[in-house]
Amino acid sequence: MSEVKQTHSEPGWFTRLAHPGLFLGWSRHIVIPLAGLSTIAFAIGLYLAFWGSPADYQMGDTVRMMYVHVPAAWLSQFCYALMFASAIGTLVWRHPMADVSQKAAAPLGALFTALALFTGALWGRPTWGTYWEWDGRMTSTLVLLLIYLGIIALWRAFDDQLKAARIVAVFTLIGAVNIPIIKFSVDWWHTLHQPASVFRLDGPTIAPEILTPLLAMTLAFSLLFMLLHLVRMRTEVRKRRVRSLELAQARAAKGARP
Amino acid sequence: MDATPRLPQLSLRIDNVTLTRGEFDLFENLSAMLTPGEALVLKGANGAGKSSALLALAGQLPIKSGEIQWLGLGKEEAADSQMHLIGHLPAIQRGLTVRENLAFWTALYDGDEAILDSAIAAAGLSGLEHLSCSVLSAGQTRRLALARLVAIPRPIWLLDEPTSALDAEGSLWVETLIGAHLAAGGLAVIATHLALGIEREPNVKVKTLSEFTL
Amino acid sequence: MKGLKAILLRDLRLGLRQGGDLLTLLLLFISVGILVPFAIGPDTPLLARLAPAIVWVAALLAQLLTHDRLFRADFEDGSLIAFHHAAIPLEAIVLAKLAIHWILTGLPLMAATPFLAVMLGMDMTMLGRALFALLLGTPALSAFVALSASVTVGLKRGGLVAPVLILPLTLPVLIFGAGMMGDDTFGAASQAGLFLAALSLASVALTPFAAALALRVSGE
Repeated sequence: MSEVKQTHSEPGWFTRLAHPGLFLGWSRHIVIPLAGLSTIAFAIGLYLAFWGSPADYQMGDTVRMMYVHVPAAWLSQFCYALMFASAIGTLVWRHPMADVSQKAAAPLGALFTALALFTGALWGRPTWGTYWEWDGRMTSTLVLLLIYLGIIALWRAFDDQLKAARIVAVFTLIGAVNIPIIKFSVDWWHTLHQPASVFRLDGPTIAPEILTPLLAMTLAFSLLFMLLHLVRMRTEVRKRRVRSLELAQARAAKGARP
Repeated sequence: MDATPRLPQLSLRIDNVTLTRGEFDLFENLSAMLTPGEALVLKGANGAGKSSALLALAGQLPIKSGEIQWLGLGKEEAADSQMHLIGHLPAIQRGLTVRENLAFWTALYDGDEAILDSAIAAAGLSGLEHLSCSVLSAGQTRRLALARLVAIPRPIWLLDEPTSALDAEGSLWVETLIGAHLAAGGLAVIATHLALGIEREPNVKVKTLSEFTL
Repeated sequence: MKGLKAILLRDLRLGLRQGGDLLTLLLLFISVGILVPFAIGPDTPLLARLAPAIVWVAALLAQLLTHDRLFRADFEDGSLIAFHHAAIPLEAIVLAKLAIHWILTGLPLMAATPFLAVMLGMDMTMLGRALFALLLGTPALSAFVALSASVTVGLKRGGLVAPVLILPLTLPVLIFGAGMMGDDTFGAASQAGLFLAALSLASVALTPFAAALALRVSGE
């Protein structure tokens, strides 16, 4: 290398498909079908959860809380994976839709994590006799919620959303490296302070009559997540568009040129 | 001042560069070619993107389209460590003395400690070496920032409003400094809205930035 | 090497000349430490039992609130922009600044720990373990502080976002740090010490890269 270049390459097909303007175009046709699919999945899932599956011989009907709790817990982690992938997109390709995806995902992640904690607490009341138990899994989920809220706070602290996206992306990567360490330390801490005597969620096997509604509800919640994420992304693209129109208007009126 | 030390002979090619900052379009399609010993003066109103253009040339700001190329660098040589970027902010810590500040940058930039004191003298700060920078005036602070150019010889100078806060004598010093640098085969890109006195020289190109020009 | 030495010397000088910062740090550490006795009453056996937790929470808070010292001044006077053109990479500069941050925050906290130990009724063995735990854990805390500082350096009102952002990530330091001062009958405390040392090594090794990336983005 005898020269240093800073250059800008031609976009590939994916980049063009994910262009904000085109995104608004094609995503419009997906919103309604996705909403429909999600409704159907919820109808089936809820039917199976309430009528199509037996009550647990120990926990009774409270076992049905699992059909909300497990999907929410799964989405709380899936959402971070999505944000991680989007963060890479922001940092490596500087793609505006990756920024939008990151920003749209953070509150959803917080929401589903909070839902997982809330249903976990409701479930804990009859099984553990208390709403909050310093169980390793619950504690890690609480820390995850704090991380999500921190990321939202970071988004809000910036005026310049382009810079915010790149900074938040760096922090999301830092968080991704740390989450396994936090999980490990919390598990270590839990075994240290409490011998494993409490009820364990992950039994050796799950009976098929419980597994079917669980899978149906997980699918339903995942579809709902995709729908909400898509709608939030569309809103964010439109917000940015309005903002740039306002900027253009302000510049045209004032006369930015000398 | 001694203008003889030979500098690496570098060239700069700016090809159709468009720059955006945040949500603003700054300027479009800026092109220029500088060969060793040439300077580019960027003019334009506040907010036209002069400072951002310098940041982009320094590799600290991504460009939207186009190409910036430094030619003539050796193998494994980065343009980053061949340049000075002296911006609005002086990069001078108020808690250190004049000499400590300059010595710090000289060591960090791998410059020559031996010419440190002559650089302070050239900047007209003799006798103030051991004064805390918190008591310097704006003009003196700027002189100290510019003294880095003398203390650490580098072929590429990116200067943002180098004569702001300087008196007539100080501005003249900056002009001589740039002249000597170009004579030694250096490159300079200078963003300014003040007249510099070097614009008429044959080796100085002038471009005016605004949203739809160039 | 010349560049590294320059940055170490400069930051040490700046830190020591601003003596007020050191005083604030120690006051914060001691204040948090004596807040707890006021809150729970002068119950010496209980305090002695809580001492590891109190020491760690106080150290964590005191160190987290020093985040402004790492890059803020360099950002405000334009040094951060000039760092990009140094003869050494930005990562090396961050590492040097991280080392100085630890010397100016981690070490003073350890020096102040005996005061807290007396007030919390810790015995000599416990004090020794506390100091050893702080020695192993505070480098990781400095690294996390550097991370949050680099992420929030461009923010004018970043003062409170930084600690909030980084607090969840420092949880392992707290867990292993306090764990190291706990019961070692089954080797749990020694295990915690190993984890803490590993955490410090890994975070000090990786932080320069992440923080330099965040600083580059902040400068854009």
